[in-house]
Amino acid sequence: MLQVLLIAFSVVAVAHAELCKPDAQNAFKVRLSIKTALGDNAYAWDANEEYLFKAMVAFAMRRYSSKNTTQISNVLLCNVTDRVSFWFVVTDSTKNVTTVPGSEVEAAIRMNRNRINSAFLLNDKTLQFLKISSTLSPPVEPSIPVWLIVFGVVLCVTVAGIVFLLVSGIQRRKKKNKESSETENLEEKCEVTVTIENGIPCETLDLKAGHINGVCAADDERFTSL
Amino acid sequence: MEKTRPLWDNPLQFVFACISYAVGLGNVWRFPYLCQMYGGGGFLIPYVIMLFVEGMPLLYLELAVGQHMRRGSIGAWRAISPYLCGVGVASVVVSSFLSIYYNVINAWAFWYLFHSFQDPLPWASCPLNGNRTGYEAECEKTSPTQYFWYRRTLNIAPSLEASGGLQWEQALCLTLAWLVVYLCILRGTESTGKVVYLTASLPYCVLIIYLIRGLTLHGAVNGLVYMFTPKLEQLANPKAWISAATQIFFSLGLGFGSLIAFASYNEPSNNCERHAIIVSLINSTTSIFASIVTFSIYGFKATFNYESCVSKVILLLTNAFDLEEGSVTADNLGETKAHLLATHPHQYAELLPQLKNCSLEAELDTAVQGTGLAFIVYSEAIKNMEVSQLYSVLYFVMLLTLGIGSMLGNTAAILTPLTDSKFIATRLSKEVISGIVCVINCIIGLTFTMEAGNYWFDIFNDYAATLSLLLIVLVETIAVCYIYGIRRFEKDLHAMIGHKPSWYWKIMWAFASPLLIISLFIFYITDYILTGTLQYQAWDATQGQLVTKDYPSYALAVIGLLVAASTMCIPMGALITFISRRLKRKNICMVA
Repeated sequence: MLQVLLIAFSVVAVAHAELCKPDAQNAFKVRLSIKTALGDNAYAWDANEEYLFKAMVAFAMRRYSSKNTTQISNVLLCNVTDRVSFWFVVTDSTKNVTTVPGSEVEAAIRMNRNRINSAFLLNDKTLQFLKISSTLSPPVEPSIPVWLIVFGVVLCVTVAGIVFLLVSGIQRRKKKNKESSETENLEEKCEVTVTIENGIPCETLDLKAGHINGVCAADDERFTSL
Repeated sequence: MEKTRPLWDNPLQFVFACISYAVGLGNVWRFPYLCQMYGGGGFLIPYVIMLFVEGMPLLYLELAVGQHMRRGSIGAWRAISPYLCGVGVASVVVSSFLSIYYNVINAWAFWYLFHSFQDPLPWASCPLNGNRTGYEAECEKTSPTQYFWYRRTLNIAPSLEASGGLQWEQALCLTLAWLVVYLCILRGTESTGKVVYLTASLPYCVLIIYLIRGLTLHGAVNGLVYMFTPKLEQLANPKAWISAATQIFFSLGLGFGSLIAFASYNEPSNNCERHAIIVSLINSTTSIFASIVTFSIYGFKATFNYESCVSKVILLLTNAFDLEEGSVTADNLGETKAHLLATHPHQYAELLPQLKNCSLEAELDTAVQGTGLAFIVYSEAIKNMEVSQLYSVLYFVMLLTLGIGSMLGNTAAILTPLTDSKFIATRLSKEVISGIVCVINCIIGLTFTMEAGNYWFDIFNDYAATLSLLLIVLVETIAVCYIYGIRRFEKDLHAMIGHKPSWYWKIMWAFASPLLIISLFIFYITDYILTGTLQYQAWDATQGQLVTKDYPSYALAVIGLLVAASTMCIPMGALITFISRRLKRKNICMVA
C-alpha cells in the first residue's frame, strides 16, 4: 500500500515538475521587489508567503470563472530565487495533468490585480507578472484645464488695467482741454475789460504815451538842427 | 504751444529701465553655455577684457547721443548728420523684427507658468497611450520634459516645409503677452517708469532664492566644480574671444535704438557716464551670478540622471541574474559586473548592449543653450525638487519679468521715433500709436505659433539681428568719432555732465571698438561663406531627437531679406537724402 502511495506521489511530483518550469506553456514568471517597496519594513519571503500567493491566485481564478473548483493545490510554484522571483502555473482540477490556458489566468489576475497587490503591500511596479501588462491608472483630469483658469484670471486683470489707464487718460485729456479753453476765455475777458477801462480803447493809446511827455518832446523841435 | 518731452521721474527709473532692458534672457541662457564651452572660469578673462574695451565705451556712446539729441534713434542720427537718417531707420527695422519674435518667448513662459499650478507638474511624467497599457511612444523615446516642450507646447512639425496649423493655445498666450506689454507702455515713460522697478528687481530676488536652493541641492557642487575649473588652453581658441565679444555686444542691446530712446527721456544734465558704467557692470555681474545658479542646477540634474542611470543598470542586472535585492549597489557595481562576466559569460554578453556606461562627466558635458536650457533642462531639474510647483512658478515669473523688461526697451525703440515725428504725433495719440504697433506685431507673431513656427523663430533669432547690428554700431561709432567729430562730442559731453571724457574713452571710441567690430564682422561673414548651406535642427518624433536638415530655398530667401531689410536702410537713407538735397538745390537755383 505504502509503495503504491509512494509511486503515485512521485508520479504526481514528476508531472508537476513537468508542468511548472521556466518558459513552460501557460506558466508565468512573477518578480517581487519587497525591499524596494517597503524598505525597513520588508518581510522575508518564506513558505508562508508562498502559501498566501497560491491562495490569492486560487481566489482570483475562482472569482474570474465563478466555478469553485480551483484549489490552492492547483497552483504550482517553482524556481524560487533570491531575487524573489518564481514561476507558477494553475492546473486544471477537472482534467488530469493539464494547465489552465494562459489567457484565462491572465484575465483572472488582471481582474483582481489590486487585491493581489494589497495582500502583499506592494503595487504594480513592485509585484510584476512579467507577461501580464497592467492597465495604468489615468491621471485625474479636471473638467476645465487648470491652465485656462489661471490664464483667464491674468487676462481679466490685464484688460481691466488697460481699460482703466485708457479711460483715465481720456478723462485727463478732457479736463486739460476744458481747462485750457477756460484760460483762453479768461484771457479774452481780460482784454475786453482792459480795453473798456477809462472809456479809452488801449489800442488807440500809444504805448510810449506814459513814458514820454508830449510837452518835452515838443522842446526838441524848438532847437534848430545844426 | 510746444509739448515738453516726457521725462523719467528720477534718474533711478532710467537706470532701472536700462538694467531691465539689458539684463534679459541672454544672461540666463547664453552666458552659462559659453562659459561651459570655452574654458569654464577661464572664459571670464576674455569676457572682462571685452567688457572694458567694447561694452562700456559703446554703451556710454549710445546713452550720450540719446541724452544730448533728446530724440529717438531716427531723429538723433539725423541731427548728427542728415545722411545718417538711414542708421536710425535700420535700428527701428531691427527692433521691429526683434519685438515680433521675442514676445513669443514670453508667450511660452506664460504657458509654462499656467501649467505650474498642477500637481504633479505635467512634465513630470509621460502621458499614457491610447489603451492605457503603457506610455506614449514618442515620450518613451525621449524624456517627459522634452516631450512636453516639443509636443505639448510647440506641437512641432517634422520640418520647416510642413507648416501645419495655428496652435490656438499658443496664440492665446501670445495675445496675452502683447496685452501685458501694451499695458506697460500705454502711458509712455509714466507707466514704463513704474513697471521697470518691478522688472528690474524681481529677477534678482528669484535668482537669490534659486542660488540658495541650488547650492543646497544634492550634487550641485559637481556642477560648480566642473564649471569653474578653468581650462586655460581654451584661451588660445579665437572662438572664445569672438564669443566673448559677441556676448557683451548683444547682451547690452546696443544698436537697437532702445538705449537712445531711454536716454532721450533724461534730464540734459544727467550723468550718463556714471550710469553707463553702472549698467554694464551690473549686466555682466548678473551674467556671472546667473551662471552660478545655472551650474548648480546642472550639477543637480547631472547627478540625479547619473544616479538614475546607475540604478537602472543595477535593476537590470538584478532582474536578469535573479540576484538578491540590494546585493548590488553603486559601490560594488564594477566588481559585480566582472564577477558576472566570469560566471555567466554567455548571458552577460547578451545583456551587454542594454548596459549603459553611466558617466557623470558625460551628463555634465551636455551643454545646452537657448530655449532648450530654459524650458527643458530647468524644468527637468525643477520637477525633481521638493515643492516643485513653487519653484516652477518662481522660475517662470522670473523669465517673464526678464522678457517683458527687454520688450519694454524694444517697443520704446520703435515708438519713440514714431511719437517724435510731428506727422504722426499730431494725428494720433500716444495710446493709439502703441496700440497699432502692438496689434501689428501680434498678428505677424502668430506665424510663430504654427506647428513649424519654432523653426521660423530660430531663423529670426539667428539672423534677424546679428549682422545688421554689427554694421549699425560700426556706422554709429564712426559717425560720432569722425563725421560729427570727437572734439565736438567732447564739448557736448562737457556741457552735459560737467567734465570732459578721459583719454580712455576717446581711444576706445576712436580706435579699439571700431577695430573690434570690424574684425567680428569679417569673422561672421567668412563663417557664413565657409559653412556653405545653412542648416537647422528639426525634431524627429519617430526617433525622439533632433536631426539636422537643410533650409529650403524660400527660407534662405527670407533670411536674405531679413539681413538686407535692415542693412540696406543705411546706404538707402544716405542716397535718398543726397537726392532730395540735389533736387532742393535745383529748385532753389531754378527759383533764383
